Amino acid sequence: MSRTFDRRQILRGAALTGGGLALSARLPTWAQPVSGGIVKPLPTLNGAQIELAIDGFPLLVDGRRTPAIGVNGTVPAPLIRLKEGQNVRLAVANRLGESSSIHWHGLLVPFAMDGVPGISFPGINPHSIFVYEFPVIQSGTYWYHSHSGAQEQEGLYGPIVIDPAGPDPIAYDREHVIVLADHSPMRGEAIFRKLKQQADYFNYQEQTLTGLLADRDQTLKERVRWGWMRMDPTDNSDVTGSTYTYVINGYGPRDNWTALFTPGERVRLRFVNAAAQTNFNVRIPGLPMTIVQSDGQNVRPVETDEFQIAVAETYDVIVTPGAQAYTLVSEALDRSGLGRATLAPKAGMSAPVPPLRRRPVVTMKDMGMGDMAGMSNMKPSASRGIDPTAEQNASRKLAQETGWTGAAMGTTQSAGGSTAGMPGVPGVPGDSDAMSGMDHSQMPGEAAGMGKGGMSGMDMSMRDPKNAPQIKMGPGVQTIAPMPMDRTGERPQGLEDVAHRVLTYRDLVAFAPNPDVRAPSRSLDIHLTGNMERYMWSFDGQKLSDPADPIPFRNGERVRVNLINDTMMPHPIHLHGHFFELVTGHGDHAPRKHTVNVAPGGKVTFDVTADAPGDWAFHCHNLFHMTAGMMRVVTVRPFEVAPA
Amino acid sequence: MLNIAEFQFRNGDDGYRWDGQAWFGGDVNRLFIKSEGEGTFRDAIETAEVQALYSRAIGPYFNLQAGARQDLGPSPKRTYATVGFEGLAPEFFEVEGAAFLSNEGDLLGRLEGYYNQRITQRLILQPRVELNFSAQDVPENKIGSGLSNAELGLRLGYEIRREFAPYIGLSWNRTFGDTAEFVRADGGRVTSFSVVAGIRAWF
Repeated sequence: MSRTFDRRQILRGAALTGGGLALSARLPTWAQPVSGGIVKPLPTLNGAQIELAIDGFPLLVDGRRTPAIGVNGTVPAPLIRLKEGQNVRLAVANRLGESSSIHWHGLLVPFAMDGVPGISFPGINPHSIFVYEFPVIQSGTYWYHSHSGAQEQEGLYGPIVIDPAGPDPIAYDREHVIVLADHSPMRGEAIFRKLKQQADYFNYQEQTLTGLLADRDQTLKERVRWGWMRMDPTDNSDVTGSTYTYVINGYGPRDNWTALFTPGERVRLRFVNAAAQTNFNVRIPGLPMTIVQSDGQNVRPVETDEFQIAVAETYDVIVTPGAQAYTLVSEALDRSGLGRATLAPKAGMSAPVPPLRRRPVVTMKDMGMGDMAGMSNMKPSASRGIDPTAEQNASRKLAQETGWTGAAMGTTQSAGGSTAGMPGVPGVPGDSDAMSGMDHSQMPGEAAGMGKGGMSGMDMSMRDPKNAPQIKMGPGVQTIAPMPMDRTGERPQGLEDVAHRVLTYRDLVAFAPNPDVRAPSRSLDIHLTGNMERYMWSFDGQKLSDPADPIPFRNGERVRVNLINDTMMPHPIHLHGHFFELVTGHGDHAPRKHTVNVAPGGKVTFDVTADAPGDWAFHCHNLFHMTAGMMRVVTVRPFEVAPA
Repeated sequence: MLNIAEFQFRNGDDGYRWDGQAWFGGDVNRLFIKSEGEGTFRDAIETAEVQALYSRAIGPYFNLQAGARQDLGPSPKRTYATVGFEGLAPEFFEVEGAAFLSNEGDLLGRLEGYYNQRITQRLILQPRVELNFSAQDVPENKIGSGLSNAELGLRLGYEIRREFAPYIGLSWNRTFGDTAEFVRADGGRVTSFSVVAGIRAWF
């Protein structure tokens, strides 16, 4: 029970005696960090035989002791380092008093080894051992986590790095694994219960009367309009910094986990978003990042200043830092808090932490209303500023405490805020032109109703079953996007207006040609549906527990899947056992992913080759959306493909 | 959940009031237990009732509810069959309505609504209205036909936690028509005005 506690204490001691020396007098005041910084790479396991023990223990985050579940006494769980082509045998002992499991996220394994209780195996009973055994047939950055209850929320996640069998096309001198997460002193079940009782329980950045009087957020007219729809435009994240501390490698922003480098080195940062519920905006002020891999799959290098990493995604970036310290920020999508780490040439150094930016306000486009002419007067309210009473977690104080001045440490500015390194990518204006054409051809009724601003017309069109006949209508379906848009070329939610480069999905181009370039033989629409008020989440209006029928694939077939987000929240959708190719206009170099974030009111199209016979989980990776039922089983049959 | 649990201070006739509910079950089908009542410190409990309702979600925002209501307290202890609704109306108004048919054949009705206006993230002003109706005179319970009474309330609460908000407020209560006649006959006041203080709490 006390292992981690001890480890942390030792670390703190080390930071004070070792790295802490550098702190004492030589650094100017602005560089005095909140803590000396904790230089501690993740514990690593490798080889063909690996033993993991799942257990509960207290975890110290920013000096606060909280309950946690981890592996071998640590949160995150140890880094598992494998080599492409090897076999691995992982014996997982469950020392909890409840059933547990481990899923190897993004690894192509036989389905019985996939680790999803109820789909691939029964789970690991209390005080018993399950042995996973599979060949390692890929390389890249991945992760593993519990697929039982809310154990992932409580710390049961860890990174996996698989080195390629041959030479790595990505050259680097040094690497750091950076696991982002959201840690709460509440147990996961308690968080879920609160959400069911009061869906906005954790949102302390709502619009208020004070904000209205101060001319912040939406205008009165907009508020009335949104109120009529019974939609809260500040509902960016279900669970926020009001309970979460955003952690990096298990350390809070004040712990200040620190990664060392030698100036001039090419440093590879392997980011894993292991959060239960939080999409992060990642940036390193003053240091451009070159994205080289996403979801374990190499991509053509593309330089950017900021990227959004959805829950369960991974991104590898290369940075070439100079002789100074840099702050690495993982800012929560809803800006209710941030995670913070430091990249430094030596221990004890740190850099100012940027302040939290204003939380986004959901727009009509996020509601799936498209870029309609009638909406042009409903411009995003961000320019009016955020509600003066909005609350963020303790990390908001770091900017002042670390002496952030903005200009001097500002991020690389680029002209006009174009998308990262990809001139010619169709941007928002192009899309809006295309869509305004669609308004009239496909949705004349709704478009006209909207144009007139008719309230009842608007309400009806936001939940018209005719727009998606496959959806099973019921209390769990609050809205159906009348005009979902492909938003993969747009900047992610909340980063539309930042004055530096931001990665979009369309910037991702596979490094190697796709293994299967056949045209899909059929197309499948899947609607992401929910009710924010009742905290119900589903695919096509059906929760997994309804029960919902499996989605059948024939072994070997290639299918086009359209994910249509009928809600105003982002949903990171994960398909087990497969990679899919995003249809973003890159032909046979489509980026291959295991998890894709579907923007609010957006749609994402991917092609997938169903080549892994078995039963696979397919779900939203927001833990509590999955728990609520936003999940299906995908079956791939038959097990043997008949010879042609 | 206790929406109202308060002391009511009015000239010489201080009292108390509660209004709360609990539910069990899933997303669509739930069992609701509701209770409300009031009394004065001088005369003990005036009215009290408990309802047990089966609740079914019939759309994204509304639940249909049916079950039984039992009156407690000093007046004749009637039992009612109940059918009603509750839900979230446009502009985030919380609304609730029910019809009650008693074992004596009397038909009563109730409409309630409130709105939570956030002044800040934690300071919340809650205007509230409750209207009670009757299809006939029920002399035993001192209820007259038509609109029998109305309560208008304005409560200002501070959410120390989401689950716990002390509040202060004003409550204006008036009886109408034959109900008012019954009250007058009893020597009571047709209109009462109270300063209230209480807590809104849930877990």
